[in-house]
This record gives sequence, C-alpha cells and structure tokens, in this order.
Amino acid sequence: MKEPKIKSMKYEDFKDNEYLEQLRANGTDIIVGNLDDLINWGRSNSVWPLTFATSCCGIEFMAVGAARYDFARFGFEVTRASPRQADVIIVAGTIVHKMAPVLKRLYDQMADPKYVIAMGGCAISGGPFKKSYHVVKGVNQILPVDVYIPGCPPRPESLLYGMLQLQRKIKMEKFLGGRNRQEDPNSNEE
Amino acid sequence: MFDFKVVTDWIDELLRSWLPASLVNITECVLIGICLLVAYALFALALIYAERKVCAAFQCRLGPNRVGPFGTVQVVCDMIKMLIKEIIEIKHVDRYLFNLAPYIVIISSLLAFSCIPFAKGLEILDFNVGIFFLIAASSIGIVGILLAGWASNNKFSLIGAMRSGAQMISYELSIGLSILTIVVLSGSMQLSTIVESQADGWFIFKGHIPAFVAFVVYLIAGTAETNRGPFDLPEAESELTAGYHTEYSGMHFGFFYVAEFVNMFIVAAVATTLFWGGWMPLHIPGWESFNAIMDYIPSLIWFLAKSAVMVFIIMWFKWTFPRLRIDQLLRLEWKYLLPINLCNLLLMVVVVAFDLHF
Amino acid sequence: MTRAMKEKILSIVPDATIEEKAFLTVSVPPISFHNLAVRLKNDKDLQFDYLVCMTGMDWGETLGVIYHLRSTTLKHEIVLRQETADRENPELPSVSDVWATANFNEREVFGFFGIRFINHPDMRRLFLRNDWVGYPFRKDYNTDPEINPVRLESEVNEDIVPTVELTESGELEEKVHTIFEDDEYVVNIGPQHPATHGVLRFRVSLEGEIVKKVDVNCGYIHRGIEKMCESLTYPQTLALTDRLDYLSAHMNRHALCMCIEEAMGIEVPERVKYIRTIMDELTRISSHILFYSTFCMDLGGLTAFLYGFRDREKILDMLEETCGGRLIQNYNCIGGVMADIHPNLVKRIKDFIKYLPPMLKEYHGLFTGNIIAQQRMKHIGILSREDAISYGVTGPSGRGSGWACDVRKIHPYGVYDKVDFNEVLYTEGDTFSRYMVRMDEIVESLHILEQLVDNIPAGDYAVKTKPIIKLPEGQYFKSVEAARGEFGVFIESHGDKYPYRLKFRSPGLPLVSVVDLLASHNKIADLIAIGGSLDYVVPDIDR
Repeated sequence: MKEPKIKSMKYEDFKDNEYLEQLRANGTDIIVGNLDDLINWGRSNSVWPLTFATSCCGIEFMAVGAARYDFARFGFEVTRASPRQADVIIVAGTIVHKMAPVLKRLYDQMADPKYVIAMGGCAISGGPFKKSYHVVKGVNQILPVDVYIPGCPPRPESLLYGMLQLQRKIKMEKFLGGRNRQEDPNSNEE
Repeated sequence: MFDFKVVTDWIDELLRSWLPASLVNITECVLIGICLLVAYALFALALIYAERKVCAAFQCRLGPNRVGPFGTVQVVCDMIKMLIKEIIEIKHVDRYLFNLAPYIVIISSLLAFSCIPFAKGLEILDFNVGIFFLIAASSIGIVGILLAGWASNNKFSLIGAMRSGAQMISYELSIGLSILTIVVLSGSMQLSTIVESQADGWFIFKGHIPAFVAFVVYLIAGTAETNRGPFDLPEAESELTAGYHTEYSGMHFGFFYVAEFVNMFIVAAVATTLFWGGWMPLHIPGWESFNAIMDYIPSLIWFLAKSAVMVFIIMWFKWTFPRLRIDQLLRLEWKYLLPINLCNLLLMVVVVAFDLHF
Repeated sequence: MTRAMKEKILSIVPDATIEEKAFLTVSVPPISFHNLAVRLKNDKDLQFDYLVCMTGMDWGETLGVIYHLRSTTLKHEIVLRQETADRENPELPSVSDVWATANFNEREVFGFFGIRFINHPDMRRLFLRNDWVGYPFRKDYNTDPEINPVRLESEVNEDIVPTVELTESGELEEKVHTIFEDDEYVVNIGPQHPATHGVLRFRVSLEGEIVKKVDVNCGYIHRGIEKMCESLTYPQTLALTDRLDYLSAHMNRHALCMCIEEAMGIEVPERVKYIRTIMDELTRISSHILFYSTFCMDLGGLTAFLYGFRDREKILDMLEETCGGRLIQNYNCIGGVMADIHPNLVKRIKDFIKYLPPMLKEYHGLFTGNIIAQQRMKHIGILSREDAISYGVTGPSGRGSGWACDVRKIHPYGVYDKVDFNEVLYTEGDTFSRYMVRMDEIVESLHILEQLVDNIPAGDYAVKTKPIIKLPEGQYFKSVEAARGEFGVFIESHGDKYPYRLKFRSPGLPLVSVVDLLASHNKIADLIAIGGSLDYVVPDIDR
C-alpha cells in the first residue's frame, strides 16, 4: 500500500478513509507508476478553484483566499472565473432548483480532470433548508462529489483540510490506465 | 567584460570543422531555436513565480511555499497540470481560427523575445532595423487576441477582444513614439548599436528631460500593451469573467497565460535596453575604481537585474491601481499621452540638434 | 392625527373598514384600492411616499396583500390590506406605478400566491422557474417532490412577458410586453460571475460598451425560508434569519427577536440591550469592511480586497470568542442572548477601536484617493432622493442619496437612543457617495462602540421564557437597521406556536430593483461598479 506524501500534514491525520489507498493496493508498473506519480504531483499541487459561491460559505471561501489563511500556499492560488480553466468547483452554499441546471452546466463546461468539493451543510444534504420545497437535497444528486466538508459554514481551516484531502485523492489516481474507483465485488463486470 | 561572442564563435568553429557549411547553418538554426524555446519557458516560469511572490508580499500573504523550497517549483506543477489538461472541443466555434489564435499570440511574443540583447554578444536577431522589427512582431499578438475573441462565439470574448483591439492600436502609437524619441537620440535602430552608444552614460541620464518623459510614457503604454492591470480590460475578471480567453482550456489557455508574462518581460527588457543602458554596467565619469568594479559584474546579470526592477514596477502598478474604464483608457491615450509624446519628440529633436544632451 | 387620517381615508373610500391596532389598519375593496393609493401618496396631509413592506397573504378563504406605508416627511405609518375571494383566478390592482418598489414585490407575490396584478408591466415569477407547478406559499400547496422534481434542463429565456391590463371599457385583457427585441445584443451576466456577489443574474442589452437595459433575474438562491418558518416554532425560526443576509446575521436575528418579544410583552434586561447593540455595531463594521473589499475587487483593485479581509478577521475573532461562530453567530435568542459576553471582549473592542482608524486611513490612501478610483465612482449611477424613496432603497445606499432613513434614528431600539452618533448623509447619490457613506459609518460605529463598551450594566443576559412560546393573535411588524438597510419582520400569529405567516422585509430586493435605473446608458464597467456600490447580498434578496 502506498502512502501519499503531503507536505506539512502527517499521513496519520488522514486516517479516516482507507478506501483511497486501496486503489493502488496491487501496485503498478514501475514506469507507468512513476509517470503517474509525476503527473499526480503536478496536478495535486496546482488545483485551481472556480470562483463560484452561492451563499454564506462563499464568504468563508473568500476568507480562505485572503491574508490570514491564504490557500495560495498550497498552490490553489489562481481562482479562475471561467469554468474552462478551473480544476475544482467548490460548491459553497445552497443549491436550489433554479440553480441546479446552471451548476450542472458549469460542471460540464469544465475540462478534465475536474473535481467537486461540497462545502457546507447545504451542499452536502440541504442542511438547515432540507425541508424547503425549493432546495436540492445534496449536490451529489447532480454532480459526483469528491470531498465533503461539513459545517455551517465550515471554518477556513476545515476547507483547507478538505482541499488537502483532495490532494491526497489526486495523488492516488491512475492517469495512464486503470480504474479510479473501487471495484464493486457484486458487480458483474469482467 | 566577458563577450558571449567567444562562446558562439567557438561553437560555430567546432561545427564547421565537423560538418559541411550548409548543414552547419541548419544545425545552428535548430540549436538557437531550442535555446530560445528553453529560455522562453524558463523566463515564463520565473516570472509567474515572481508575480505570485510579489503579489503575496503586497497583500500581506505568504504566497506559494509548499512545493519545493519557498514554493519555487510551484509553477512547474502548474505547467505539468496544464500540459495534460483536456483541451475542450467546443461546438459552434470557428475551429480553425479558434485553434490558431493561441499560437499566433505565442509566436509573436517569441519573435519579439528573440530580438532582445541579453548580454554582450548574446543576441539572436540583430540587424539595422531591430527595434522596428520588435515593435512589428509584438503587435502581431493583437491579431491572435482578436481571433480568439471572434472565433470563440462567446459574447464576453468578443467584447474582450474588441476592447483589446481598441487598446492595443491606441497604445501602440505611444510605444512607437517614445521609442522614436530614443532612436532620435541614438541615431540608430539597431539594438546592439543603441546599447553600445550608452557605454558612456545611459540614455535616461544622457537625454535628461525628454528621455525621462519618454520613459514614463513608455512604461504606461507598455503596461497597457501587455494587458496588465490597471489596463487589463480585455480580460477584466470582474466584468467579462476571463475576457477573450474565456473559452480556452488546457494548454491553449496556458499559451495566453504564458505569453502575458513574457510580454511583460519584453516590455521591461526593451525599457532597459532603450533607457537604462541594456547590459551596460553603471559607470560614473571620474570614478575609475568604481567603474572597474562594476565591470566585473557580468553583463547578463546587469541586464537581468535592470529588467527585474522594471518588471517589479509593472507588477507594482497591477497590484495597486484599480482598473480603468474603456473611455478613460482611450482618453488617457489620445488626449494626454499622444500630445505629450509628440511635444516630447520635438523637444528631443531640439535637444539633439542643438547638442544639449550630455 | 389618527382621527383626521381616518376621516380623510373614509372620504376617499367610504366602504373601507378601519381598525386601530399597533398601526392604523385599513381594509380596502380592490376596486378602489388604486385610487386610494394615489391619494395617500399625493395628499399633502398624508404623504405616504415610502412603501416599507408588502406581504402576500393566504387567509384560507381569501388571498390578499398587506401594505406597510410610511411617510418620510410626516413620520406616520399606516397598514393597508386588500383581498380577493377568487382562489382560481385571483386578480388585484397593481400599485407599481405609485410606488416603484411594488414592481418586484408584486412579482414576488404573484410567484408565491398566484395573485395577478392588473396593469403591472411584467407578470413573470420573480424567484421560481416559469414551469414551476403550483404556488408554494398557499396553504393548500402540494409539497410532493414528484410534482416539482429537480429539473436539469435549462430554463428558456423569454423575451416576451405576459401582463394583464384593464381596458377602457373596464374589461381585463391579457397582453404581452417585449423586454428585448430580436436584434438586441443581450449578454448574460451571472448567475456564476465574479462580480454579482453571489448567484444573481442580469440579462444586459448592450450597444457596444453601453448598457441599454438590464433585466434582473433572481431566485437562484431562493430557499423558501419564509415558507419553512410557517412549520417551525418561534425559537426554531431564529436559526434561519442568520442565513438570510449572512453579513448582517446579528441584526436580522435581533429584528426577529424584538418582534417576538414585543408580541409576547417581554421586556429584556438593560444588559441585553447593550450587548445586542454592541454586537450589531461590530457586525456592521465587519459588513462594511467586506463591502470595501469586494467593491475594490469589482473595480480591479485586488490588494485592497486582501487588506479589508485582514482587518475583518479581527472582528470575527471577537464574535467567535463570545458567540462561538465566525460568520453566523446564532447569538440572540428570545428574551436575551445565548450566553454572557466573554471576559476578553471589552478589552478586545477597546484595542480594536484604537487599531482600526489608522487602517481606515490606509484604505483611503490606497483606494479612495486614487485618481482612477475617483473617476470610476464620481457622477456614476446617480440615484435621486425621490427615486430612492419610491424604490425603497434604504440603508447606506439610500443615505448616499440624501434620504435620512436610518431606523436607528427613526425608531430607536436597543440603546441607540442613549448613544450619540451622526447619521451619515451624502446628497450626490452617485457611486462615490454610496461608498463614502459606508466608510464614514465605520467611524460612526466605532464611536458608538466607544460609548457603550465601558458602560455595559450588570444583570442577567436573558430572561427566562416558557419552553413553548405562543404569540397572541395579531399582526406584528418590527424593523432594524441592518448593514444594507431596513430589515423588517412581519408576523401574523393565529395564537399557535408556529407563525401563520412570517415575512422578512429584505433590504436587498429594492437594491437590485434600481440596477436597471442606474446602469442604463452607462458602460458595462459602471454596471459592475454600481452593483458593487449597492452592496446587495443575494440570499437576502431571494430569501
């Protein structure tokens, strides 16, 4: 099993989810594996978020970009306003019915590889507005979410932690062949 | 002072002793091309890193510091990511022009880059109308931007491209005129001659008032020419999302991104060459020992250091000033810079004609 | 005064019923409503020029609308109501030609209750999709998610809008009204756009760089908070107010708490009033600093953005220490506050009062004094005082037009009657004056804090309330000065532990309704600057 290295973050701090490491459990070809590592190193250290925020969490997202928390340190510096140039969409805030097609379109406009972070209770499950007639109960109904960050709104530190989790996930990916998801033992494929 | 001609001549002789003359030419062209591309990429990486650190310093932040010592390798990560990022095929675009545009931008900036005299004997294109060629080459970039905006089939892109067209055509005038002022002073359009003639004093000191005015105008117009803040209207993020390159992804966007930074360096390098003596060391008449020490510093270092200061000033503009509006931008050029420039040119002619310079 | 007003109204509309509650409440038959509205606004003894709040209602049998009116000159207030028994095809007369703010509010009521307003120029739903089935705020609305599933296909943008007009012969006729012609260059700004401060959407018709017309599309963050409140108990509703305008979270909650307390007849201890006022002012400063940051970013000054956030963090630290939350504090509760203030708070506020003025000087040096910024702001987007009142643009934006609309002065609450502060007024009404009002208000807020921080009286931080809170039957309205303008809360109680109807008068909705007025015939860049200077918060508009 391979442990991803992330600077200034101990591996033990990620111990809440072993699923990712199992993706590389069987090992890979040495050339392909090293190339993958190089590519993943580049990708994981250069995750450019899309400037997208719907509500309260957006202010905390801005706070993370600002002087005290400064996510530029990790290489998340360049927030792009155009989805074509962004790598990750941080769904910061409630997604309502009217916004759902727009969000879907934004995701479709992004270039691969692309990642989704659901930030805050609203994006995860509808949060405090779960009972509302006009709120989408979790952004995972529309997009494939990579990282969930709970909180209402999450503190900037937790957003940073979530971004580091995303880095860890990217570091485990296989770019040159191979699946990037766990194989379902019950499935009939192969 | 070390002359890079020694190195190039040695390589030339080495090749000639091995290969027939026709192959030598081809090999040298390829070699130069490779060197140029590598230098271009290295400059881009260094500039992007510098921009991030400078901007972080202005904004009480740290800037990238996780990848490599002090985050120095950060930009390499960005480059790797950009290279393997998907380039989206978009419906309803003029595909040929859409794909051509970023190459025009990058080629024009590469051509302009190749004219710069980096050090004594280290210049690639050097002929009698060098500065003229440099202006011409760098203005081809606007075609790329206009094409990008037009071919994207996106309303924001189109507005951005039109803004860019209006802006570039206007500010090209100021750049041309302020360069002309120096050409009058030096009497040559060849970049190497311009640098050589500053051996006894940089033009900013020799030409005193008109040279200084020309320098200020050049710096303003040069910043506008590179589409950087406060003149970043074509890609005004808060107005047009990303302006003319809204629809570009992956390395195509990377070309625009890189070209912007290198263009900034080119503007700084031309300012250095024309006003601050290029790679010439600082000499103060009468201080012989001081001048001797200055001569020990290699010419390449002199050039890069001066350019770095210019780059820093341009970055300083961007991180301090709010953006202009399009009518204010054009008013600044046509109502202020252009008349000032014309008068300044006249003043320079008078200064040269009556030999009032140092 | 009240008697004179009553007689006047009865002379205009003889069959109106007048009740004397907290406000004079006049029920008017729809047929004569428009006539009365015109007279109320223009009569020199009445002069009701400001429509504070407009609430759609479903009383079971009937559908109706409640209007809160205020006179800016004579300072008196009145409540009007009109209703219709037709639930299939409810139609009521529009007053959007009398008070411009009614335009958006009537569209909101149409979307929620299905009441169509006769002679309204644009009868589209304001917040919901046009293909939404049913009217969610009606009591008989079917909430089955099968009826309104999450639709992922994009909405079609109609350039033609339906209207209902009254012809001269007295009959209703359905007409259409064109907003954009076919050959217009219509650009979409938003919902995902860095300068719309959230998910607001403008459809902008351009002529080169010049904006011809702006069509505001809201509802991309409409969370149905008011409807949710109808099924929540009073203490539960408090949690949602913070998430309306999250930058004045504390003031919003203050308004709802005050409204409930007033209805229950609770008198809060003096200490609570002090604490609430201090927290209000801290929130206001943090909101105005955030305004400075985002406004500068809209104009392209990126460094100023970071400077603002740097100082805002200091306030967030204080709020966090006492309330436990950075952005959303959940601090007020019915009868007081959740917990006593942290022992460090007083000292930290004192330090902050010393810390901020030099920083403000830096802000002004970096941005306000800059020639480019001045040229971008001055004489751009001029909002006249009359328009501000008619559109109901309150708060710093209204005061930038010279309208003294500070609720802290008109109806002092908390301990605002005990402190000395100036109401900052600028008369130019342009972007620059809206900007300056906010910057000056930071200084005033510091001044208020200075007076309060040493004098917090001892005592309880909350009064005990019953575990189940029921409000006596009736209608209650209370407003506070939030960071963006007058934030009002209207409660209709039928004696249950749930509100029958809870309406928030958001300061944001009037702000977006003037964007078209201000930005037309200016450049695109000015549209962004105007939007930034109005400083709306989108979840507050959409609710």
